[in-house]
Parts: sequence; C-alpha cells; structure tokens
Amino acid sequence: MTDFRTPRSRAQGLGAAGHGVSHWISERVSSVALIPLVLWGVFAVLRLARSDYDMAVAWLASPVNAVLLALLAVVSLMHMHSGMRVVVEDYIHRRITKTGLLLLNLFVCALFGALALFSILKVALSGGAY
Amino acid sequence: MVELALPKNSRVQKGQHHPAPAGAKKVKTFKVYRYDPEGTENPRWDTYDVDVEACGPMVLDALIYIKNTMDPTLAFRRSCREGVCGSCAMNIGGRNTLACTHGWEEVPGQTCTISPLPHMPVIKDLVPDMTLFYAQYASIEPWLHTKTPEPQGEWLQTPADREKLDGLYECILCACCSTSCPSYWWNGDKYLGPAALLHAYRWLIDSRDEATGERLDDLEDPFKLYRCHTIMNCAQVCPKGLNPAKAIAEVKKMLVDRVV
Repeated sequence: MTDFRTPRSRAQGLGAAGHGVSHWISERVSSVALIPLVLWGVFAVLRLARSDYDMAVAWLASPVNAVLLALLAVVSLMHMHSGMRVVVEDYIHRRITKTGLLLLNLFVCALFGALALFSILKVALSGGAY
Repeated sequence: MVELALPKNSRVQKGQHHPAPAGAKKVKTFKVYRYDPEGTENPRWDTYDVDVEACGPMVLDALIYIKNTMDPTLAFRRSCREGVCGSCAMNIGGRNTLACTHGWEEVPGQTCTISPLPHMPVIKDLVPDMTLFYAQYASIEPWLHTKTPEPQGEWLQTPADREKLDGLYECILCACCSTSCPSYWWNGDKYLGPAALLHAYRWLIDSRDEATGERLDDLEDPFKLYRCHTIMNCAQVCPKGLNPAKAIAEVKKMLVDRVV
C-alpha cells in the first residue's frame, strides 16, 4: 500500500527553496542583451566573410569588436545554460541521470565559454601571432 | 515523469459496443474510457450509440442517458449540471472541459471521445483522484490572513480593490487547467499548477490580506511557481473563461517588484 503521509504534507514537499526570481530575471535580461548582440554578431560574420586573415585579425584587435564578441559568447552560453537546465529539470526525473546531465550542461557551457573568451583575448591581444 | 508510451497494464484496449435502441432517429457514438481498478483488466474504450434525440443537449446529458438506459456500471462525477460545481470536468473530444456545459453537438464528427482528466490517477472510469490537487490548493492557505485586531464590522475594501478579484474568485477548482498543463503532467508533485497559483494570486492581491510577503516567500521556488512556462493551455481550456496564466505572470511580476 501507499505510505501514511497526508496529502497536505505531500503537496508542501520540502517547502519553498526561496529562490527562482533571480534565475527568472537573468533569463530575461540575457534575452534582451542578446537581441543587439546577435544582430551585431550576424552583421560582423557577414563582414568578416569577405575579408582575408590579416583583415580579420585587425578587426578583432579593435577593443569594441573584441569586447562585443566576448560578451556575445559569454551571454549566449549563460543563456543556453539556464535554458538547458530548465529542460533537464522538466523532463529528467531519475536522480542520477538528472544530476549527470545538469553537470554536463554546466561543464560544456563553461568549457566553451572559457575557450571562446581565451581565444578572443589571444587574437585580440597578440594580433594573431602564434 | 516523461513517458512516450503507456506502461503495459495501462494500454487502452478496444472494449464493448453498445448499439442504439431500435427506432433511434439520430445517433451519435460516445467512445468512453473505462477502467475498473478492482479487476485485473487493462483500461478499455467502450462505445455507446446514443439516441441523442432522447437526451438533453449536453455531454453530461448523454452520459446520464448512457448510465440510466444502456450501462449502469459507468462511473462519473456530476452534481450541479450548470457549470458551478466543477465535478464533471473531463476530457471531451481531446479537450478538458465540463461535461455539463459542453454540448455534444459542439464535438465535430460522428464520434465523441470522453476520457478522464489527463495524467491523474484513475479511481474508476471517468473519476480521477483529486487528492493531491486539493492538497496543493490547501497549501496556498486560501483564506484571509491578518495581524491587525479584527474590526467591529467587516474588513473594508474599496470597489476598485474589490474589482481586482474579478476573473479570479470565479474559479470552481474543476482542475481542467492544471490537468491540461504539460508542466503539471511532468512535475505535478512539485509544481502547484495553474489552479492553485490562480488562487494564490487571488489572495496576494486582496487588499485586506496582511500576509502578502509570507505568501510570496512560500511561492518563490523553481518548481512550485516557476515551472509555469506560459504554455497557455490553462487559459485555453478554462470552462469559466478565466486566465490562470495571466495570474501566474502577475505573481512573477510581484516577485520581481520585491527585488528591483
């Protein structure tokens, strides 16, 4: 048979976590930030497609371009992380699978973010020299 | 839990067919979900050819006709038969609604499919187990919380403040909204669902209530409140024409107002 916990106790569960609003705000703020960043990013890629290696390096050496590109990479990966996290929480209920996927999501996003940031800084600061 | 296929013992099989009585003029077929937990059989779809000229205009009339004249073993809840009690909420033609206010003529085609509210444990046939749903409603403490000593008369409220409760107090807790919400299907054990959250908002904006902060504290949770992904099924199916999704959005806005 089932246990003797009352329905009210089941409904209350472990109580309210006391957070969620900051996650909700950061999802929306990053969405708003991504509108101009992505538009700029598309424009930049189209422009770079027509330039050669040296021109591209010179483009990235400009502080405005380097900073905007770094922000685009970091904000979009943060946004992707929080979105994927909600998807995993929604659909995956086995504790071990859920924990594994949440960690994988965090590590993959952090790794790609760090790689993108380092690469942008390297090109921007060293002018593309190896 | 997300399951793409039903477990073996829940797969719905073909059931019995009950033909229309001789001399029936206008016939509509009702395909009804049947399940008896006392037995060992799987759920099944029984079909009833109803002489709709002999019964009233609503789906509930047809169900009562079936129970009275064709098959007394059919179980369903009903009480007021006029859309104020919320007992006869079920899934009719693929959509959650009240059987008593939904006409069988509104269901297109020759066959009208009727099943219990989705994703709820079934007690028998069209009767779902609402225990957790009601407990979730109780958990938002749907009554006036005050700290000020009680006044001599009633707690006063301006007409403008009273108007803020319109579109909320009309909810009859039929559970059409909550059981149409995919997020409630996947996480119904932790997510409170649109009905309970609409009521939570009803008390949050009540100008007489003095526990607004505590109520918000109890809702600020990634699952209790924030599993609402504005899918909007709740607003689409509500047989009273209410908008639980908007109430939930207002609760989220109140939580933002607290920190920004």
